[in-house]
Amino acid sequence: MNTAIAVAGVMMLALTLYACTGIADYGAGFWDLTAGGRDRGRLPRSLIDNAVTPVWEANHVWLIYVLVVCWTGFGSTFASVMSTLYIPLALALLGIVLRAAGFAMSKDAARARMRHLAGWLFGIGSFLTPFCLGTAVGAVLTGRIPVGNAAGDEITSWLNPSSILVGLLTVAIGAYVSAVYLLAEAHRHGTAALHGYFRLRARAAGVAGLLLGIGVLIALYADERQMADRVVQRGWPLLLLSLALLAGSFWLATGVRVWLMRLVAAGGIAALVWAWAVAQYPYLLPFSLTVQDGAADPATLRWLLIWFVAALVLVVPALTLLFWLDQRGELGEDPATSRPEPVEPEPVETETIR
Amino acid sequence: MVDRVNADLLAAPAQLLPAREQMALTLMFHIVFVPFGIALPTMMLIANYKGLKRNDTVALTLARRWSHAAGLTFAVGAASGTVLSFEMGLLWPGLTGRFGEVFGLPFAIEGVLFFLEAILVAIYIYGWRRLKPWTHFWLGLPIPFVAIGGAFSIISANAWMNMPAGFTIDANGQVTNVDPIAAIFNDALPYEFAHFLVAAYMAAAFTVASIYVVGWLKGRRDRYHRLGILIPLTIATVLVPVQFVVGDLTAVAVFKDQPAKFAAMEVVTESGTHQPEVLFGRYDSATNTVVGGVSIPGLNSWLAGGSVDTYVPGLDQVPPENRPSNVTIVHWAFDIMVGIGTLLMLLSLWFGIAYWRKRDVPDNRVFLWFAASAGVLTYIAVEAGWIVTEVGRQPWIVYNIMRTEEAVTNTDAGTLWISFSLIALLYLTLAIGTITVLRAMSRRWRQSDQTDDDLAVYGPRPAVADSEVTP
Ligand code: HDD
Ligand code: HEM
Ligand code: HEM
Repeated sequence: MNTAIAVAGVMMLALTLYACTGIADYGAGFWDLTAGGRDRGRLPRSLIDNAVTPVWEANHVWLIYVLVVCWTGFGSTFASVMSTLYIPLALALLGIVLRAAGFAMSKDAARARMRHLAGWLFGIGSFLTPFCLGTAVGAVLTGRIPVGNAAGDEITSWLNPSSILVGLLTVAIGAYVSAVYLLAEAHRHGTAALHGYFRLRARAAGVAGLLLGIGVLIALYADERQMADRVVQRGWPLLLLSLALLAGSFWLATGVRVWLMRLVAAGGIAALVWAWAVAQYPYLLPFSLTVQDGAADPATLRWLLIWFVAALVLVVPALTLLFWLDQRGELGEDPATSRPEPVEPEPVETETIR
Repeated sequence: MVDRVNADLLAAPAQLLPAREQMALTLMFHIVFVPFGIALPTMMLIANYKGLKRNDTVALTLARRWSHAAGLTFAVGAASGTVLSFEMGLLWPGLTGRFGEVFGLPFAIEGVLFFLEAILVAIYIYGWRRLKPWTHFWLGLPIPFVAIGGAFSIISANAWMNMPAGFTIDANGQVTNVDPIAAIFNDALPYEFAHFLVAAYMAAAFTVASIYVVGWLKGRRDRYHRLGILIPLTIATVLVPVQFVVGDLTAVAVFKDQPAKFAAMEVVTESGTHQPEVLFGRYDSATNTVVGGVSIPGLNSWLAGGSVDTYVPGLDQVPPENRPSNVTIVHWAFDIMVGIGTLLMLLSLWFGIAYWRKRDVPDNRVFLWFAASAGVLTYIAVEAGWIVTEVGRQPWIVYNIMRTEEAVTNTDAGTLWISFSLIALLYLTLAIGTITVLRAMSRRWRQSDQTDDDLAVYGPRPAVADSEVTP
C-alpha cells in the first residue's frame, strides 16, 4: 500500500474513533440539555455526569489528531477546508470552548445558579459543535471546497440542504450512540429506573438518524448526482451493514447486553463513516484533488506512519488501562476535593421515569 | 507609538490585523495553563511521595488538592489548545498549506503525548479514592516526563518558525527535499526549549507558592501552608539562577541567529561596536532613533559578545519593510522579562540564605509580600518573553522565508473581527469562571480543614466511603 493512502487511512481511523467517542460525548450533552427541569432531570443528569467525567478529554483528542495529521500530511486540503469553512468551523470551536467552560464550571461551581448556567453552556456547545462539524463534512462531500485560500463560497458551501442534513445527521448519531452507552452505564450502576428512559431515547435517536440518512441521500441526488451514485454504488455494503447494526442494537437494547450493545452501536457508526470515505476515494476534495496529488513529501508521510505505530504502542495500553479501571469502578470523583454531592446516582429506584 | 508603527499593516490585507490579534490573544491565554500542565504534576508527585514515605497526611492532602487543580487547568488548557489547532488553519492557511509537511510532525507527536498525558492525569485524579496508594503513585509517575515531551515538540515547531530548517525551495518556489527530523532539531530548539522549560517550572512553582504565602500572610501558619510554600519555593529558588544563565545564552544565540530580532529587543538603531544597553525608551520608526530611556554605555556589546568591541548590527541594516512592526513593544517586553528575572534572583537569594539559616519560611513581611507577588511576576515574564519571540519575528511568520501577510487567510476581515470579539468575550468568561471555581475550591477546602483535621487521604475504600462525603 502506498504511504499517502496509508496516512489518509490513519486519518479516517482517527475520525472514526472520534465519531464513536467524541461525538457521543456531545450526544450525552444533548441529553443533558433535554433532560428537563431540575428535579425531573436529576437522575439522568447525574448518570451522564458520572459517565462522561473520567474519559472526557481523552475522547476529544482524536479531533486534534485528525487536524494535525491533516495539516502535516495533506496541507493544501487542510488550508482549503479551514479557510473556506471559516464560519462553521469557528462556530464549532465556539461550541467546544462553551462546553469546556460549562464542564469545568459545573464540576466545582458552588452556587446552584452558576451550575445551572454551566449546564446550559454545556448543552448549547453539545449541539453547536457536532452540527457545524457535520455541515463541514457535507461541504466536502458535495465538492464545494475548491483548492485555495478561501477559494470556495463562505456561506453556501455549508448552508445548503445537503450540508445541513449531514449536520443534523451528525447530531442524531451522537444522540443515538450516547443513549446506547448511557443505557449500558445505567445497567452497570444498577439504575433500573433509567433503563426505559435511555432505551426509548436510543431508539428515537436511531430512527431520527435513519430518516436523516435517507434525507441526505435524497438531497445528494438532487445536489451532486455523481457523489450520490458513488455513495450508493460503492458504499452499499457498508450502508447495509450500518443498517443491520442499528437494528441489532435496537434488539440488544431490550435485554441490555452491556458490551455487545455498545460495540454494535459503535460499529454501525463506523460503517457509516467508512461509507463516506469509500465514496470519496480517491479524492480528498471531490472532484478536484486526489490523495496522491494532495499528499506531503514522502519523507513526512513515512515519519507520520512511524509515529502512528509508536503512538499505538504508547496509547493503546494506557487507554486500555483507563477503560479497564473505569469499568471496574476503580475510578471516581474524589469526594474530599470535589463539590460535596452524591457522586453516583442512587442505586435502584423502583419507579420508572420517562 | 501609534503614528508610524503600523505603516506595514496599512499596506497589508485588512484581515491581517484581526488574525494577528486573535492569534495573540488565544496563545497568550493558552500559555497561562501550560506551566501548570507541565510542572504541577511534578510538584504533586513530590508531595505524594513525601506523604507516602513519611505517612504524612498533610503532604498527601496537598498532593490530592494539587492534582485536582491540575485537572481543572488541564481541561481548560486542552480546550484552548484545540482552539489553537483550528486556528493554524482558520487564520494561517498559507502557513499550514505550504509548510505543514515540514513542521507539522512535532504537532502530531505532541498530539499523541498530550493524549497520553490526558489519560494518565485522568487515572491519577480519579484514582485517589480506590487505587492502592503506591500503585496510584507509580501510575502518576510518567506524567511529568510525558508533559516535557509534549512541550519539547511544540517548542520545536515554534523554534522552526524562528530558524527554519529541513527543506529547500526550488526554482519554482516549491518546497522540496523535506526532512522533518532536521526541521524538528533546528538551531533554535536547544535554547528555546531549555529556556522555556525552566520558565514553565518557575511559573508554576512561584504561583503555587504565592497562593500559600497569601494564606500565611493572613495568619494561617500551619504545617499545611508551610509545606505548600516550601516545596514549590525550593524548586523555584534552585531554578532562578539556572534561568539567568540559560536566558543569557538564549540572548547570545538570538544575536547570532536572528539579528533583526536582537536589534529590536535591544533597540540597536545604528550598527557598530560599543553599543550601549538602553533601558526602555521609545523607538521612532520614521527616523530610526530612540527617544528617552536610560543608556548604559558599552553593556550591550559586552553582553552579546563578551567585550565592548563586539560589533552589533542595528536596525539600519534591516530594510524598513523587514523591520519588526513594533520595535517598542519588543524592546519593552524584553526589558520587562529581564527586569523580572533580576527581581526573582533577589528573591531566591533571600529565601536561600534565610532558609539555610533558620530552616523555615522567612518571617519578614517584605519578603512575604515579595513572595506573594512572585507568581504574577513570573507569568508577566513568560508572556513578555513570548512577545519578544513572536512580535520580534515580524514581519516574518517563517523567518526570512514567508511573510505573515502571505500566510493569512482570505476570509473577510469583518468575519474575523466578529470571531475575534466573540472569542475575546468567551475567554473573558472562561477566565472569570476558572478563577471563581478555583477560589470556591480553596474556600471549600478550608472549611473542610476546620471540620476534620486529619482527613484520611487514601481511601477509605468504598465500604466506608459514605462517611467521608460529609462536608
Ligand atoms: C520565567 C520567565 C522568564 C525569565 C525570568 C526570563 N525569560 Fe526569557 N523568555 C521566557 C521566559 C523568561 C519565555 C516565555 O519562556 C520565552 C518565550 C519563548 C521562549 O522560548 O522562552 C523567553 C524568550 C526569550 C528570548 C527570545 C528567544 C527567541 O526569540 O528565540 C530571549 C533572547 C530571552 N528570553 C532572554 C532572557 C534573558 C537574557 C533573561 C534574563 C535573565 C530572561 N530571558 C529571563
Ligand atoms: C509552538 C508554539 C507557537 C506557535 C507555533 C506559534 C505560532 C504563531 C503564529 C502562526 C502566529 C501568527 C503569525 C505571526 O504573527 O508570526 C503567531 C503570532 C503570535 N504569537 Fe505565537 N506561536 C507559538 C507560541 C506562542 C506563545 C506561547 C505566545 C504567547 C504567550 C505567542 C504569542 C504570539 C503573539 C503575541 C503573536 C502576535 C505577533 C504579532 O502579530 O505581532 N506565541 N504565533
Ligand atoms: C500554535 C501553538 C499551539 C498549539 C496548536 C497547541 C495545541 C494544543 C492542544 C491541541 C492541546 C490540547 C491537547 C490535549 O488536551 O490532549 C494543548 C495543550 C497543551 N499545550 Fe498547547 N498548543 C500550542 C502552544 C503551546 C505552547 C507554546 C506550549 C508550551 C510548551 C504548549 C504546551 C501545552 C501543554 C503543556 C498542554 C497540556 C494541557 C495543559 O496542561 O494545559 N502549547 N495544546
